[in-house]
Amino acid sequence: MNENLSDSAPGLRLEDLTVSLGTNGLVAIGATVDPGEILTVMGPSGSGKSTLLAAITGTLAPGFTMTGRVLLDGEDITDRPTHRRGIGLMMQDDVLFPHLSVGANLAFGLSPTIRGHAARAARVEAALDAAGLGGMAARDPATLSGGQRSRVALMRALLAEPRAILLDEPFSKLDTSLRTQIRSFTFEQITAARLPAILVTHDHEDAAAAGGRIMAPRTEA
Amino acid sequence: MIERIASRVPERFAARAEAGLRLAPLLTLTVMLGPVAAGILGTLGPAFGWLPALGAETPGFGPFAALFDQPGIGISARLSLVTGIGATLISLAITLLVVAALQGTRIFGLIERLLSPLLAVPHAAAAFGLAFLIAPSGWIARLFSPWATGWERPPDILTAQDPAGLALIAGLVVKEVPFLLLMTLAALGQTDARRRRLAGLCLGYGPIAAWFYGVLPGLYAQIRLPVYAVLAYSMSTVEVAMILGPTTPAPLSVRLIDWMNDPDLGLRLVAAAGAILQMALVGAALLLWRGGEIGVAHLGRRLAAGGRRFGGDAWLRTTAGLLAGLSAAAVILGIAGLGVWSFAGLWRFPEALPDTLTMRNWARHGDGLLAPAITTCIIGVAAASLAALLAIACLETEHRHGERPTSRSLWLLYTPLLVPQTGFLFGLQITASAAGFERGIVAVIATHLVFVVPYVFLSLSGPWRVWDERQSLAAACLGASPWRVLFAVRLPMLLAPLLTALAVGFAVSVGQYLPTLLIGAGRVATLTTEAVALSAGGDRRLIGLYGLAQAAAPLPAFALALALPAILFRRRRGMTVAR
Repeated sequence: MNENLSDSAPGLRLEDLTVSLGTNGLVAIGATVDPGEILTVMGPSGSGKSTLLAAITGTLAPGFTMTGRVLLDGEDITDRPTHRRGIGLMMQDDVLFPHLSVGANLAFGLSPTIRGHAARAARVEAALDAAGLGGMAARDPATLSGGQRSRVALMRALLAEPRAILLDEPFSKLDTSLRTQIRSFTFEQITAARLPAILVTHDHEDAAAAGGRIMAPRTEA
Repeated sequence: MIERIASRVPERFAARAEAGLRLAPLLTLTVMLGPVAAGILGTLGPAFGWLPALGAETPGFGPFAALFDQPGIGISARLSLVTGIGATLISLAITLLVVAALQGTRIFGLIERLLSPLLAVPHAAAAFGLAFLIAPSGWIARLFSPWATGWERPPDILTAQDPAGLALIAGLVVKEVPFLLLMTLAALGQTDARRRRLAGLCLGYGPIAAWFYGVLPGLYAQIRLPVYAVLAYSMSTVEVAMILGPTTPAPLSVRLIDWMNDPDLGLRLVAAAGAILQMALVGAALLLWRGGEIGVAHLGRRLAAGGRRFGGDAWLRTTAGLLAGLSAAAVILGIAGLGVWSFAGLWRFPEALPDTLTMRNWARHGDGLLAPAITTCIIGVAAASLAALLAIACLETEHRHGERPTSRSLWLLYTPLLVPQTGFLFGLQITASAAGFERGIVAVIATHLVFVVPYVFLSLSGPWRVWDERQSLAAACLGASPWRVLFAVRLPMLLAPLLTALAVGFAVSVGQYLPTLLIGAGRVATLTTEAVALSAGGDRRLIGLYGLAQAAAPLPAFALALALPAILFRRRRGMTVAR
């Protein structure tokens, strides 16, 4: 990976990012994640992992103080609202919308630049096929298995065409046999899409499987 | 469809809507408290002799002097105080006992399911039903006659409208118990009730004692405002007092209305002074109640330190079940009685049912029912929809700016429910006529909003605030704007509680008597004003017909609130747990 320090470098760059609550420093990190690279942030619970994610998605609660910048493909997105950041997110629970069908969940993520009912439906179906879920567009998400729901959540995130993706312990609720399979599927998709990714986890196997650098949310100077 | 519209909202419009949203809390407060403030000011003037429209231009204590010269004024004031405090004490006692004794049992599940329909019954309809039940010719007397009582004809005794106000207290209790139960259940979810009760049980305390010692102290702070609202309402209700309260003299609230409607315009000043007296009485009662709370808490701590286990409380638990059943049965049988009377042909005493059932009453009066029914519906739908719109706007603003609800905002929300209606509606009527406002259906809707907004807000805010915020984060990370999140994710997911809040608002509007009467200037006839107006006449069949129609009016709204989400989301299993 070529480490390019100029501002216009592609990828997700956390520039001297610090977050504190009162006098309590929670996050201090500086890193550049190249397209297709998966950076793992590891630490026990309470170590500031979720605070780091909130800082990158722009959802820090009032009371937190943040310094530094978040750059995406050279653009400063530090002060942008969450929905204009181009940052996708996969959470610990899949958080599929319960009132929409599987297909409608995917269509919700699909970029509005793809117009026309047929074109959109085709893209949704293609994504389902890619995830081995062909023909399931009309299904109720509540009727899917945990592994299927996980894959739908990932495809939904990818259809929104994010320019980077955050993975918040996305495998921790899956049982062991499924875990390996979903994990490699997820990583393959992210690498194929050439997305910079940050994986937050406390699981060593996840970190090893990601195969990239491993950092702590708070690097002591 | 909403989804498609929301995703195409132009940026320009979104920005303007965002700015509008920021004004929502202020607008809501104005809609809710503006009339109350204007009304109190408008009452104060005439109460102190200032009503230029009627030529009263010498401020002073004249109206109060005239008020205290009215015959039986002391008795009227005492009746308001005693029936109000009595009804609140009994309602609260039954509520707490029922929850302490029965929570988790099968009976309690049944009670929970009955709550919404019972709450939806307007006060006036419940009062008519109870009056019919306990009347000398009512079902209770018929049930025991002649075999137990020896009565061959209805006895000449006063049951409803007894001078001590016992019937009035009963009529208030049967309607306030469901309200307090609902508020208590909502508050229980936020206290660690199950474990605290269990801790008491494992120390050997009886189930009721374990609940009163362990759960109540934390719970009461959360139901205090609803209890205060019950106290203020019970002391100042007009329609329940007109139907069930004593007449010679009547409770203060009823006499205020008489003075207000008297052809002698000079009595308007007395009415205004009386309204101020009523507000003072309610204020004093609230202070007294607060003092009582402190006393009871002190007593409770001493008792708890004594360590008595009160293990043998089985009889009390049975009593609680009986009281809950009695209270629910009074409303349900009362409404059934209204229905039977509306279809009754000849109905001899002491027969339990009429000799003949007939459609004649409905055929003769059904047409007259239609116009008030439509008016009721228009006002109710308008008030509930506007209130829901305001509530959604406020809650969305709160969410977007990361604000947390404060106890001050809760007090503001309860203010319209703590100020006696008579206190500000008189002044509002006077101010409105002085300012030359057209007092028609629009003014009535605006006045209903004062009471509908708090209930709709309280009903919607709970489910709204516990909604899983990660849904909103997930949508935003897919690029959805806050508006799209609102219309395509949050509102569809909250459809069931939203429709319930609308139904609650509709029911509150249907039940309004005094605002419709005073602000509608007698020109806006709803099912409630028509029904209450019949109370003096004593035509049972006609009262039964109007009472039944009034009681039935809110039900379609609640049915819709249950059915619509069930149909729309019948194939979405994940939506059935949300609620």
